[in-house]
Formats: sequence, structure tokens, C-alpha cells
Amino acid sequence: MSVSLQTESGVQRSTVQAVLSAAPVRIVVLLLCFLWSLPTIGLLISSIRPATDINSTGWWTLFGGGQPFNFTLQNYEAVLSAEGMANAFLNSLLVTIPSVVIPITVAAFAAYAFAWMEFPGRDFFFAGVVMLMGVPLHMALIPIMRIYTSIDLNGTFLGIWLAHTGFGLPLAIYLLYGYISTIPKEIMESAHIDGASPFTAFTQLVLPLSVPVIASFAIFQFLWVWNDLLVALVFLGTDNPDAFIVTSKLKELVGSKGQNWEVLTAGAFITMIVPLFIFFALQRYFVRGMMAGSVKG
Amino acid sequence: MRKLLAFVLVLTMVLTLAPAAAQEDLSGTKVTIFGAYTEPAEHDSFIAGLEILEAETGIDIEYQGASDFEVLITARIEGGDPPDIAGFPQPGLMKRFADAAVDLRDVFDMAYLQQQYNQSWIDMATMPDGKIIGVWNRAIVKSLVWYAPEYFDAAGYPIPETWDELIALSDQIVADGHTPWYAPMESGNATGWVGTDWIEDIMLRTTTLENYDNWTVPVALEDRLPFTSPEVKRAWELMGQVLLNEDYVYGGILTTLSDRFFDTGVALLNGDAYLAKQGSYMPGWLLEEYPDLTIGPEGDLNYFFFPPIDEEYGKPVLTGGDVYSMYNDRPEVRKVMEWLTTAQSLEPAIKAGTFMSAHQDVDLDWYDEANRGIAEILLNATSVRFDGSDLQPGAVGTGTFWSGVVDYINGEDLDAILEKIDASWPTE
Amino acid sequence: MSAEPKKSWGDVSLADILQRITLRLVVSLIVPVITFVAMWQSFIFMRDSEASKVVIAVVALVVGVGGVWILYLVTNNLVEQTPVSFRDALRPYVFVGPALVVLVIYLVYPAVNTIVLSFQDARSENFVGFSNYTYIFTEPDMLIVLRNNILWIITVVGFTVGLGLIIAVLVDRIGRWESAAKSLIFVPMAISAVGASVIWGFMYAAKPANKPQIGLLNAINVTLGNDPILYMNDKAINNFALIAIMIWLLTGYCMVVISAAVKGVPTELLEAGRIDGANEFRVFFNIIIPVIRSTLITVATTVFIMVLKVFDIVYVMTNGRRDTEVVANRMFNEFFKFGHYGRGSALAVLLLIVLLPIIYSNVRDLRERRKG
Repeated sequence: MSVSLQTESGVQRSTVQAVLSAAPVRIVVLLLCFLWSLPTIGLLISSIRPATDINSTGWWTLFGGGQPFNFTLQNYEAVLSAEGMANAFLNSLLVTIPSVVIPITVAAFAAYAFAWMEFPGRDFFFAGVVMLMGVPLHMALIPIMRIYTSIDLNGTFLGIWLAHTGFGLPLAIYLLYGYISTIPKEIMESAHIDGASPFTAFTQLVLPLSVPVIASFAIFQFLWVWNDLLVALVFLGTDNPDAFIVTSKLKELVGSKGQNWEVLTAGAFITMIVPLFIFFALQRYFVRGMMAGSVKG
Repeated sequence: MRKLLAFVLVLTMVLTLAPAAAQEDLSGTKVTIFGAYTEPAEHDSFIAGLEILEAETGIDIEYQGASDFEVLITARIEGGDPPDIAGFPQPGLMKRFADAAVDLRDVFDMAYLQQQYNQSWIDMATMPDGKIIGVWNRAIVKSLVWYAPEYFDAAGYPIPETWDELIALSDQIVADGHTPWYAPMESGNATGWVGTDWIEDIMLRTTTLENYDNWTVPVALEDRLPFTSPEVKRAWELMGQVLLNEDYVYGGILTTLSDRFFDTGVALLNGDAYLAKQGSYMPGWLLEEYPDLTIGPEGDLNYFFFPPIDEEYGKPVLTGGDVYSMYNDRPEVRKVMEWLTTAQSLEPAIKAGTFMSAHQDVDLDWYDEANRGIAEILLNATSVRFDGSDLQPGAVGTGTFWSGVVDYINGEDLDAILEKIDASWPTE
Repeated sequence: MSAEPKKSWGDVSLADILQRITLRLVVSLIVPVITFVAMWQSFIFMRDSEASKVVIAVVALVVGVGGVWILYLVTNNLVEQTPVSFRDALRPYVFVGPALVVLVIYLVYPAVNTIVLSFQDARSENFVGFSNYTYIFTEPDMLIVLRNNILWIITVVGFTVGLGLIIAVLVDRIGRWESAAKSLIFVPMAISAVGASVIWGFMYAAKPANKPQIGLLNAINVTLGNDPILYMNDKAINNFALIAIMIWLLTGYCMVVISAAVKGVPTELLEAGRIDGANEFRVFFNIIIPVIRSTLITVATTVFIMVLKVFDIVYVMTNGRRDTEVVANRMFNEFFKFGHYGRGSALAVLLLIVLLPIIYSNVRDLRERRKG
């Protein structure tokens, strides 16, 4: 009974609805948003202060409290002017985009099969997928490193795409399965009657219907890969500074003991820009009633 | 002077490596070194030393540092793709990969190594079966107490020569209305190491070297000096005499637990605290904020030797350092390893004031006045021992020993802490 | 893809059929081979080329993104060439096959490897039976570790799924501000673990009571006349202080997934409920919850697993000091820092065993859904 739904459906507002959709809901949402943003606001304000100030007074001095507030962009300068930072951004994109698209593709096919095809071992494989979500990433590093060494895949982009694909795949299959399996049976059967092959049904029907869940998984996978440091360091190699991604570059700037932690204040925001852009870009796919609409259609 | 030294060096090289590498043309070859230097000050000055060799030989040396060094070196070595050379900040970690390392007895003449290093450095890189797996490069001196002459000298305080004088000085500073000590320990997942350095330095000053060695690297399990022994317990208590005294520590115990270790010098420069026990690297943490920082009796900061406690144990020095292991045996890798055994590889870093050298052939003139004084402390030491927590098994040295220190500062029962640390000592 | 007219097999000779099949097989084998060679060549190009970064990037994206699709297309066509009976049996494996291959290499093989290591000693040289398991279960700290993991799971799953659900339903009603509100809740997801530790450093930092506080929580504490609290050292609250970070990070995840499901609740159902006079709470409990039930199970399962494996936050903030140890952090330290591969692996296996009930309930849910 959101406002937009009301106008769409033309149902008249009852008093209960009017009360609930008005002030109290907005206040609760506003309060939660404020609470959730508070730590980030602290970081944002800290990022425009000199390190000595960050260490001696609270960030809220911006809003008064007697002390003068010194504004500086030096933390941002330190990150943006670092040698090789542009290259690192390019590398991060290069690592991330295929590492998001490949698992989604592979998982969508698999999830479709799990949901709508009969084949021996289906439950067994599905149980396996759930179980594999629990394998700690750290335990996979060395065995995969051994494989990569033997086929000379260490330090290549292909190697890291496949690694991220492997690590992200169980969750991708699981999430996509959860959604694809709820597609009403009638839709799938009507496609079959229309003579569509399973491949066509998949590309023409299932994929378009699954856009919301694909969009949400894409966001998560993008975030994890974008913010990953360990997998990149292990599989992209430590010998090749040309292959540094943003996170490894930042870690380098901060220093081995974290001495220059203040660059992280600015660094966190700079690295956040791309994933947040992706979030905004994909948000329009979380639309209401896709499934319902297609039933009618 | 430098030319003469270079000449001597070249001569030694020719003498020691004549059959293997002298005439070989290594230009165009590539050697990878993986280590733990990431921040520009350390990284760049170390690279500068490697560039001298690159210019001389044409070898392309690629140094990469990573802060997740332990994880990455484990993955690379166990995954079958080791770097040519790895630089370990902890010899304990290096020894875990001894099987993969090249036996350096096949690379260097024993006489050459003994000429380049004090025997104790060589011993620390030798496995029980005699295999030598590492050569030392950078050294760190930990037995220092830092102070700001501006406040310290103005008050007319004397440099303490014994533990009792140190405590008397602390009381005096308190009586004068100031705070003597600052020992911030917060270091993320490594919090506690500041305290282990205290305990190790005190151990060297209150018991025999044999006991220290049995406490850190016992030859056999039954030789081990347990943490619950009176010797070790006393060292903890002596540390507690300073760090658990609310009047002694700037901001009290709370700051010891919550303030970041790399801000140690800031409180000294501000006059908030008068003394801080930290290694020779401490000024490096300040350079970002205080680029013009000077060290020395007239400078912004100065240091004195962490004083002896029990007279009979002399003036021991606690050290740290970086040790390099070799995993691929090629002529150019040997060449780079050999370069690392010379002080010349560190000359730019020494002159930049960032590193100390572990080598015997170091020219004291390279050091600035402040670091020369530290180098002299090292040379005048009656005994030298390595940071114990870096030598102990990882489960203790980077595990329960660190967390035990944090528990102790939090006021937990010492006996229980010591028993817990002993229980974590590997029995295999 | 399968647009070609389907011919009946009845009116041609056996030789004809064989010939046709052979021909088709040859053609459909050549295509994959060409595809593979093309991909391999571009891979070599990407690895060794001196070309400009941007060119390599474009090739990489085309190959990385397009190559996978081509592979599916090609294999699907390959299967379409086979007789009908084969086709139906083979097709599911075309769809799940690549996923299974990737999973076997990247996760099954490491998992099996881990299980083997867990029965070996520190350096994986000798088999030692169950002694690693005996160790992890008899170690005095282990009770605390297990207690912490249970605490993490209950609180994080409860709060993130609960809050995510409430927020998803609430923001659905605030019209044009929905997108902005969701974004604000989501922002923490975009922050790396290290970034999060800096942020929460500004929340939890403590300075002596007589000095200005730089941590927000202690600033409030001191203003209220209390002593500053060492959030990471005080054993009564440090676990909750860490858990709060995880809740802050993961609520955005739950909100996004649940929100997608809430939007999938058929409009007709909601309208029907409201016309019947149900109030909003009844609409919520009687219509929305049942419809999105399977999504809630999905979200709870994934959060459960993420929390079970929680590592980053603990590692960065306390590394398990002061009774904040969790299984995954201990596993990491045993393996990479203490060099005891056996114990590290045994702890990893423990994580997998804990998952068994979750897996069981998921498969049961799968079967029910298929029936219904």
C-alpha cells in the first residue's frame, strides 16, 4: 500500500492506511537512516580534517563546540595523487566486471536447471551448492594456487576472474534459484506449449523475469570483488605492481603497520563511489510486480 | 672512503664467488623479492640499495612488499610459486618454510658469512640440522628509551644508568607534577607487541642468556623455560611496576590499551609524557607529521639505553631485523642474495636514516649522528639477543604472548595468564 | 538458437542418419574448437601483449563477458544435434555442467583437501587420526569460541533479517524517498572491512575522561558523567560492539533482497486483503510474510553462513583478544600465522559440519516447493 501502489491501483485510502503511510513511518525510516549514516558521516567529516585534528578532537566539532574546524583536502590528495592510482582503478574495473558477469551467467543457467529440469542427482547437487557456501575462502587459496602454478595461470586476469567466479558461484546459484523457482508454473508451461526450447525459454522468459534478483546479486558480487584485497593479492600476484587494484594500492599507502591510516578516511569514500554508482544504476530494476504482470500477459 | 669500501667489497665478492658467478653476464635476467616493506620511507630507501646492483649487473630486480605478508608467503610457497627471494620480518616464520629454501651453505662460503655477520645472526638463520636458510639485512635496536630534550633537559633530569634510577626518575617526574611514561599498544591484530618487547628486554637484564634462549628457542622441549617460571614472571611484574601504575602512565592504563602505537612520539613532543620505550624505528612514525624532526641531544627527540637491572647481566641489547631466504637457485638470484649480505645494499637506506645494518662491514660514517649512536650501543653491547616473540612458535609469539600482555594490562591475574601461554606452546 | 526446423527421423535411411549425425558432430565439434582457440588466443594476447592497457581491457571484457555466453550457445547447439532422447537427458547437464565444473575445481577440491589436512599434523606430513579434533574440542578457550559464534549467529541473523524486513516494508510506503532511504541503509555494504574498522574506530575510540573524546559513543558517555569505556577490552561488551559492526554492514544486504521480494507480492493479493478490511499488521503477517517466506529462508540462510564464517571484523579489530575469538579467525591464525595446517583445517571442517542442519532444511524446503 505504498503511495505509488495506491495511485496505480486506484484503491481508496482507508484511515488506517493514511495514518501508517504518513508521519510515523517516515519518522521511523528517517531515524533508522540517520542511525545507519552516523558512522559514515563521522568518517566523511574526518576525511576533510588534518590527521592531528582527527586524533585530538571529535569530528562533531564541525557542528560547534568551541574549537575551530580546520578544513583540508590533503587526505584526498594523498590518495588521488598517488602514483599508479588511475591504473589501479582501471585494474579494479578490469577484475570486477567479468568477475560479476561470469558467475551470474553460469549461475543463472544452473539455477534454471535446478528449478525447472528433472535430472538425476538434482537434490544432491543442490545440497552440495548450499554446503559449498560454507567453505572458507582462505582454505581454497593454496589448493587453487597449486593448480594455477601447474597451468601457468598465476598473475593473469583470467585466473582471478575464474577464482572470483568460483567463490561467488554458490551464493549466486542459491539466490537465483530461490527466485527462479518461484516463477509460476503456468508461465513455464505456456512457454513449453508455445514450442519454445528450454534454451529459448531461458533467454526469452526466465532471464528477463529474474532481473531483480540478478541485479541484487550483481551489486553484492560487485561490492565483494571491488573491495577484495586477499584474492587479488594471491592470484593477481605480488610481483607485478602494474596489476595492483585499488584496494592493494590503498593498503600500500596506509603502510604495513597502518601508520598513515588517515588516507583511509578519504580512500574509503573514493573507493565507494563506483559501487554506489552501480547500486543507483541497478536500483531501477527492483521494480514491482514483474511476475504479476507477466501472468496477465 | 666509499670507493675504498666498494673496492674491498668487490674484492671479497671475487674471492668468494670467483668460480661461480664472476664472469657471468647477468644483464636481462629478472629476480623477484617479496617482503613486508610497504610504506614509502622503508620501501623506497630499500629499493635504492637494490638499484645500485641493477646498475652494476643489469639484473632487473622486482621488489614487492605486502602487509598481509604471512598469508601471501604461505600461499605462494605452499602453492608452489615462491618468489626468488623472500624477506621475513620474523625468523620464526622463515623457519616454517625451511624445506622449500635453498641451503645457503651451498651458495656462500662459511668464512664469508662469518666475516659479514656476528655469529649470533648466523645462528638465528640455521636450522637444527645445520642448514642455513637466511641472510640478514636490516637490523633494529629495541633497547632504547626516547625522550624530548626540550622538556627533559629543562627539568634537569639525569639519564638513568640502572633500573632503580629509572624508577626514581619516574617518581621524581610524578612528584614534579608531570607524567613519566607513555606506552600506547593499539596495533590492530598485532596489539601486545609493545609489551612483549618490554618483557624481553627485562628478561635479558634479569636472567642468563641461557635462560633467555631456553625461553625463546629451546633446543628440546624439556629444556624450555616456561612462562610460569619465576624468571619470566618477575620480568612481567617489573613491566607491571611501570605500566600498571596509573600515576606513571600518561592518561593511565586506558591510553596504553586504546592509543595507537605509532603516536608514541607525539606525546613526548607535546610534553605530555617524558619517557617512551620503543625501538630505533620510532622517529620514522613521526616523519609524516613532523618532516623536520631532528634526533640528538639538541634535537626534538633523543634516546638513552634502556638501563641494566641486575648488574651481573651487563648491558644486553634486544634486536630485531629482516632475514632473506632464497627459493630459486639461479646465478642472478645468488648475485642478489650476495648483495643483501653486504652493508652496501643498505647504504642509501642508512644514509636516509631509515635503516640500521646487521652487517659487520657497515661504515659508521654512513649513519647520521643519531643512528650512529644507536649503532654504537649495538657495538658496545655485552650481549645481543633477538626479539623473543619473533623467535617463539607463532601460536605463542604472535598469539598468546601478545594477547596475554593485553590481558595483563587489563588487570587479569598474572599466574592464570602465564599458565595459558604455556598451555599454547606446541608440543609436536 | 534452436530455430532450425525439426525434421522427422522416420523417412530417411540409416546410412543417411549416420552420415548426417557424423556431419553434424564434426561441425559442432569444429565450432567449439574454433571458439576455444579464439578465446585461448585472446587470453595469450591479454597475458603477454604490450598493447595499451585500454585495448587489453576491451579485449578482456569482450572475452570475459561474451566468451561464457558463446560457450553456452555452442554446447547447447552441440546437444541440439543429438537425437531427442539424448537431448533431454543431456540438456540439464549443459545448464548445470559448467557450474559444477567450476565448483568442483574451486571449492570441492579445496574442501576435500581441507578434510584430508584436518587428519594430518601441523606440516601435513603424517596422519594423526582425530587428534586435531580432540585438540579443538578440549582446548579451554574453545568453549568461549563456540559461545561467541552462537552469539554472533543469533544476534546478527535476528537483527539483520528483522531490520531488513521492517525497513523493506516501511520504505515501500514512503514514495519517492524510498530510493534515497534504501541507499543510506545500503552504504555500509559498499565499505570494505578495513574501511569499516576505521569508521568504527571513530565510534569506539576512548580517551581519558579529562581529555576531549574522539569517539562518539564515549563522548556521549562522558557527557552523561560516566567513565569512558574501552569497547574492545571490556569483556562484558566487546563481543556486542563487534556484532554491531556486522549488523550495520549486513542489514543493507537483507533489505535489498527482501525488498525485491516484497515488490514481488502480487498487487491483487494486497488489494484483496485490504478490501476485506484487514489492517496493515494483518496484511503484513497474513499476506506479505507467507508470500516472501522462501525469500526470508534464503536471506536467513545466507546471513547465517556469512556470520558463521565471520572473520574480517574480528581479525582487524581484536584478533580474538579478550574473549572475542570466533572459529574462522582462529582457523585463519592456526593456518597462516601459527603454521598448524591440521588444526586450521579441522576448524574449517567444523564450520562445514555446523551447516548440515541448514542444508537439510533447505533441501526439505526445495522438495516442498516442487510439490506445491
